Amino acid sequence: MLHYPAVNARPRILILYASGTNRDRDAAAACELAGGAPEIVHVNQLRAGERCWSDYQMLVLPGGFSYGDALGAGRLVALDLNVYFADEVRAFVESGKPVLGICNGFQALVKAGILPGCETGDAAQCATLARNARGHFECRWVTLIPNPESPCLFTRGLSEPIYCPVAHGEGNFIPRDEAMLMALRARNQIALTYGRQGSVLRREEELAVEAQPSLLGSWSSVGYPDNPNGSVADIAGICNAQGNVLGLMPHPENHIYPWQHPRWTRGEGGGLGLALFQAAIRALACGV
Amino acid sequence: MKNQVIYRIEVRAKPGFNDARCAAVAADVRTLGLSAPVAVEIADLYFLSGALSEDDVARVARRLLCDPVTQTFALGASPQPAGAHSVEVVLRPGVTDAVADELVRAAHALGARGVERAATGIRYTLRGALDTEQVARIVRRLLANEVIQVFTIDEPVTPHLDYAAEDNPRIEIIPIRDADDDALVKLSRERRLALNLEEMRAIRHYFAEIGRDPTDAELETLAQTWSEHCVHKTFKARVQVVGEGSSFADAKPATVIDGLLKTYIKRATDEIAAPWVKSAFVDNAGVIAFDDEFDLAFKAETHNHPSAVEPFGGANTGVGGVIRDIIAVSARPIANTDVLCFGPQDWPFEALPEGVLHPRRVRSGVIAGIEDYGNKMGIPTVSGAIVYDAGYIANPLVYCGCVGIAPANAHPRAPQVGDRIVVLGGRTGRDGLRGATFSSAALTRETGDVAGSSVQIGNPIVEKNLLEVVMAARDAKLYHAITDCGAGGLSSAVGEMGAALGAQVQLERVPLKYAGLAPWEIWLSEAQERMVLAVPPHNLAALQAICDRFDCEMSDIGTFTGDGWLRVSYRDLRVCDLDMRFLHDGLPRRTLRAVVDGRRGQAEEETARQKDQRLSRLMGLSPGQVLAKMLAHPNVASKEDVIRLYDHEVQGGTVIKPLVGVGNHGPSDAVVIKPQGTRGLRGFALACGINPSIGKRDPYAMAVSVADEAVRNLVCVGADPARIALLDNFCWGDPEDPETLGALVEACRGCYDAALRYRAPFISGKDSLNNTYLDGRGHRVSIPGTLLISAIGIVDDVTRCITMDLKRTGSRVYLLGETRDEMAGSLFDEVVGAVSAHAPTLPEHASALYAALHRAILAGLVRAAHDCSEGGMAVALAEMARAGRIGIRLTSLGHAEPWVALFSESNGRIVVEVAPEHAPAFEALLHGLPWAMIGVTTELPGVWLPDGTPLLDG
Repeated sequence: MLHYPAVNARPRILILYASGTNRDRDAAAACELAGGAPEIVHVNQLRAGERCWSDYQMLVLPGGFSYGDALGAGRLVALDLNVYFADEVRAFVESGKPVLGICNGFQALVKAGILPGCETGDAAQCATLARNARGHFECRWVTLIPNPESPCLFTRGLSEPIYCPVAHGEGNFIPRDEAMLMALRARNQIALTYGRQGSVLRREEELAVEAQPSLLGSWSSVGYPDNPNGSVADIAGICNAQGNVLGLMPHPENHIYPWQHPRWTRGEGGGLGLALFQAAIRALACGV
Repeated sequence: MKNQVIYRIEVRAKPGFNDARCAAVAADVRTLGLSAPVAVEIADLYFLSGALSEDDVARVARRLLCDPVTQTFALGASPQPAGAHSVEVVLRPGVTDAVADELVRAAHALGARGVERAATGIRYTLRGALDTEQVARIVRRLLANEVIQVFTIDEPVTPHLDYAAEDNPRIEIIPIRDADDDALVKLSRERRLALNLEEMRAIRHYFAEIGRDPTDAELETLAQTWSEHCVHKTFKARVQVVGEGSSFADAKPATVIDGLLKTYIKRATDEIAAPWVKSAFVDNAGVIAFDDEFDLAFKAETHNHPSAVEPFGGANTGVGGVIRDIIAVSARPIANTDVLCFGPQDWPFEALPEGVLHPRRVRSGVIAGIEDYGNKMGIPTVSGAIVYDAGYIANPLVYCGCVGIAPANAHPRAPQVGDRIVVLGGRTGRDGLRGATFSSAALTRETGDVAGSSVQIGNPIVEKNLLEVVMAARDAKLYHAITDCGAGGLSSAVGEMGAALGAQVQLERVPLKYAGLAPWEIWLSEAQERMVLAVPPHNLAALQAICDRFDCEMSDIGTFTGDGWLRVSYRDLRVCDLDMRFLHDGLPRRTLRAVVDGRRGQAEEETARQKDQRLSRLMGLSPGQVLAKMLAHPNVASKEDVIRLYDHEVQGGTVIKPLVGVGNHGPSDAVVIKPQGTRGLRGFALACGINPSIGKRDPYAMAVSVADEAVRNLVCVGADPARIALLDNFCWGDPEDPETLGALVEACRGCYDAALRYRAPFISGKDSLNNTYLDGRGHRVSIPGTLLISAIGIVDDVTRCITMDLKRTGSRVYLLGETRDEMAGSLFDEVVGAVSAHAPTLPEHASALYAALHRAILAGLVRAAHDCSEGGMAVALAEMARAGRIGIRLTSLGHAEPWVALFSESNGRIVVEVAPEHAPAFEALLHGLPWAMIGVTTELPGVWLPDGTPLLDG
C-alpha cells in the first residue's frame, strides 16, 4: 500500500488555464487522485499578480484548444509563456520542479522552445507537432511504452505500458533534423513511444530500429493506427535533458479509473495513466 | 483609412514536408470525375493592415505564422505558377474570422502594435490538364462557398480589410395601417416576415388601435417572435382531422385536436407525472434529477436550413446553439449528441437540383462543423446516428443535442424590476439576420444567394469563455435569470425574459463588430455566442470581475421596468415601443387541416399469393447474401470514421464508449457517462431512435418504433427503465398541406402511446417544419417526415453496465421479445426491393421485458445485450459476433419463417448472451414473458444457421 503524504503536505500543482483550455478539470482530477493539491489558474490571474508561480511545486499545461488553435496548436500559449512569463517559467524549469504538458500543453512547450530544449539554451523552437499524417483530428486509445533509461521523472519506475486515449489533430512529432533526433535518443529524452496495442515492454526491439536516411521516410515501427499521427520514431512523449519536463500528446489524465478502460466490460484493465502523476508526486515527496 | 497598404504573407510547407490537406483536396477533386489527374498544393494566406514596417510584418510572419521546422513564408504574392492554375479564397466582409482576431491580438503582444486588422485566406495551386471552366467547377463544388467566401482564379485575391463605416441611425416607418390585404401579403413576402394574412391583419389592427405605423424593428420583432421557430404555432394550432376520402365540410367538431403539443406530447408527461422530472417544456432545456445533489438538463435542436446553405457554419452554430440552451438553464455541458440525415453520397452531380450542394460536401462540411465546435468546447460528442436517403438531398437534417449538469435547483428564473439587462459574450454584427424566419420558410433555388446574411460562423472559444463566466456567476448567485441569444437575437431574448415585467433597452450600448448597423439590425442580429442575464445592479461589479478573468465582454444595455412594455431606443430615437401582451399573446391561433390515412397501420391481411410475390424477389438470394447487402448499406455500415473525428473522451466520464468490443469498433447501443465531480458510481446513459423509412409507410409506426428503439438501447447497456426521459424532435414538411399534417398527427399520437407504455416522459422537444425545397421547375420537394427521439436514462452503478460485444465461447444466446412479420419500411424491403404489408407495432410486453432484463443485468447474469433494429436479428447477431470476434451457432430462429425471423424489424427485441451457469436464474426472471434460446457462442467466428449454412462468414 502506497502511503500518500498527509493532506497538508500535498504538493501544490498549478494547472495553467488559457482561453480555450478544456482538459484542465481532467488534469486536476488526476493530480488530486495522485495525491496533489491542484489549482486551476487562469493566465490572467498570473498576469494580474493574483497568483504567483513560485507558490507551486508542479506545473501542468493541460489539453484543449487554447486560443482556438489559431495560428497552429499551442502557438499562442507559447507566445504567452515567452512574452509574459519568460523568467518565471525558466526559473520553474531550472529549479527541477515537475512540468507536464499534455496534448495542447505539449504543443505549447515545444513551440515555446522549452521542449525538447536546444543545447544552445535559447528558447528557440527546434521540433514541431505538425498536422496528423492522416490530415484530421482523431480520438482513439493508444499504448505508450516508457523508456526505462530516460531521465524523465514522470516515467521513473513504470513497470508496464500506459494505455490511454489520444484526441488531437496536430500531434505529428517532427524534430528539426536528424542530428536532433540522434541527440534525443542519445540523451534518452524520448520518454514514451507508441507501441502495438496489447504490447508489453519491449525496449530492446525499440532500440533495434535503425536510423532511417531521411526524416520523410517512415520512422514508425508500429504504423497506423497504433502510431495515430505519423510521429517520427513513434515518439509520443519527450522530456528535457534534465528529466523534469515531460510533454506528451496522449491523455494519461483520462485513464485514472479502471472503468475508463474501453474494454473493462470484457474484464480487461491495467495501464492506468495515473501512474505518471503518481511518479511525479512521489518524486516531489522525495524532494526533487 | 482609404487605400491603405495591405501586407500579404504566404506560408507553405517546406520542400519535402507534406501538407496532409493537399492529398485530401486532391481526393475530393477525383470524385468530380474529371478526366485528368490533378495535383494540389496549398498555401495559407495572411493579410495585415495598419501602421506597420516591413520588419514588423516579417517578425509577425516568423514568430506567429510560420512553423520553423516544417514551413516557409514569403512576403507578397508569389508569381502565377507556369502550367497550373491558382485559386485564392478569402472570407466575405463581416464573416467571423477567429484566426484573424487572434492574429491581431498576438501581433500586439509581440510588439507589432500598429497592426489594425487582419484577414486569412487560402491559396490552391491546381496542376493538371484543366481548362478555366473546369477550374471554376472545382472551385464552386469544393473549394469555396460563395455564401461566405469570395475567390479569384489565376490572380491574387484582395480581402476587405477596410470596412469602417459611418454610424447608421436609420429607422424606417412602414405604413401598414392603410395597407389592404394584398399589400399585407406582399409586405410579408418582400420583407421575408413569413407571416400569413391573418397574422398580418392582427398587426395592422394593433397599430391602427394605437394610432401610428410600426418601425422596421417593431415589424421584425413581431415576425421573429411569431415565427414557427420561436412560437411553434403549428404544434399549438387547432387541428381539424378527417379520414382520407371525406371532406372537411363533413368533419364533426369532435375531430378537432386542441393543439398537438398539449394533446399528445405534454399530456403524456403530465399523465406519467414522474417525480424526478424537474422541468419539462418550460425552460430552454428539459431538466431531470440526477441524484440528491445534481440535476441533468437535456435538449436537442435542429439547424437544417443553415446547414444546407453553408454546411460547416450551419452545423457549427447548430452545436453552439444547443450548448447555449444548456448554459441557459445554468448547467455545464457534459455530452453532445448529433444525428445527421444526408442524401446518398454517390448521387450524380447531373441529378442535383440547381443551387444545391452535393451530399458529399454537405456531409463533410457538417461533420467538420460538429467536430470543430464540440472538440474545441471540450464537450465529448458521444451519441448519434447517420441516415442516408434521397429525400434529404436538397434539405439535410442536422440534429444537435447537449446534456448538462448543475447543482440541484441552482437555476434562477425570475427577473426582478430594476435588474439590469446584461449581454455577455461575442459582439454583434450583421450575422444571421432573420434566422428564425429563414428557418420557417421553404428553401428555394435562390436561398443560397439571398440568405447569405442568415448564415453564421461560430467561435467556440468565445462560447467556452462565456460558459466559464456563467458557471462562476451562477455559483456566486449574481443573476436572477438567464437566456441565450438564439433565433431573433436580442429581440427574442429580451422580449421573452421581460415578457411579464417589460424592458427598456438602449441599443447604442451594444458592442458591435463593425459600425454601420441600423438599429433594427442590432436588435435582430443573430451573432453567435451571446447570453442575456438579468443582474441586480449591486452585482454588476462582481460579474465584471469574472468577465475580465475569462476575457469575456460584458455590456449593460438596459433594465427590466415593470411597466409591461418593450421599449427600445437608439440614442434619442424610438426603435420599438410595443405592449408585451400584444407581442406574446397577440398572435392569432391557427386552425389547420389534416387528413389522416385510416388505412395506415392496419394494412389488410396479405394473401398467400402476395406473400409469395414478396418473397419471390429473394429467389436466388441466400440469407447470408441478404445480410451481406445489409451490412454494406450506408445506414448500417460502421460510422467509426466519423465517430473518431469527435473527442468522446474529454471530461473523463465516458464509461461505455460509442465504439466497443475487442477491437474498439463495435457499435454501442448507448453510451454511459459518469459526470466529473459527482459522488459514487451513478451515471447516465444516452441513446436515440430514428427511422424515416418506416415513416414513409406509416408515421404512427415510425413514432412508436423510434421511441422503443431509444428506450431499448438504453436498457441494453444497463440503464434503469423506470428512470428514462425523452426528447422529441420533428423535422417535417409543409404543415399547410393536410396530408403532411395528417402524418404529423399520427406521429404525435405514436409519441403519446409509446411514452405511456414505457412511462418515459417527454421533457423537451422541438419541431422544424417547412423542410421543403422548390426545385428549378417549381416543384415542391418535401423531406420524409422524420422524428428523432433522444433518450436519457439513469444508471445507478456504472460498473454494472454491459456492452454489445460477445464475451465468451460456450455462452447461451437468447432472443427476448416477440418476432412478427413486420417488415414494411424495413431494411429488408429496401435491399431486396420488396414492399411488405405490416409496419412494426408497439410491443405489448416490452415494458415488463425491459424491467426483467434490467434486473438480470443488475444481478450480473448478462454478458452482452444488443438490440434488434435496422436489419433485424440478423444484423444484431452479426454485429455482436464481429465486435466480440467469436461466433454464434444458431439452434433455433424463434419464428417459423426464416426470412421473418432473421430480418423482421419488430420492436421490443434484444439479443442477450448469458453464461450457461446463469441460464436458470436468467430464465426464471423472464417467467411469463416472450423469449427463446436461439443458440450458443462458438470459438469459430461467424454466424451459423440451424441447418449449418453460414449466415455470416468469420
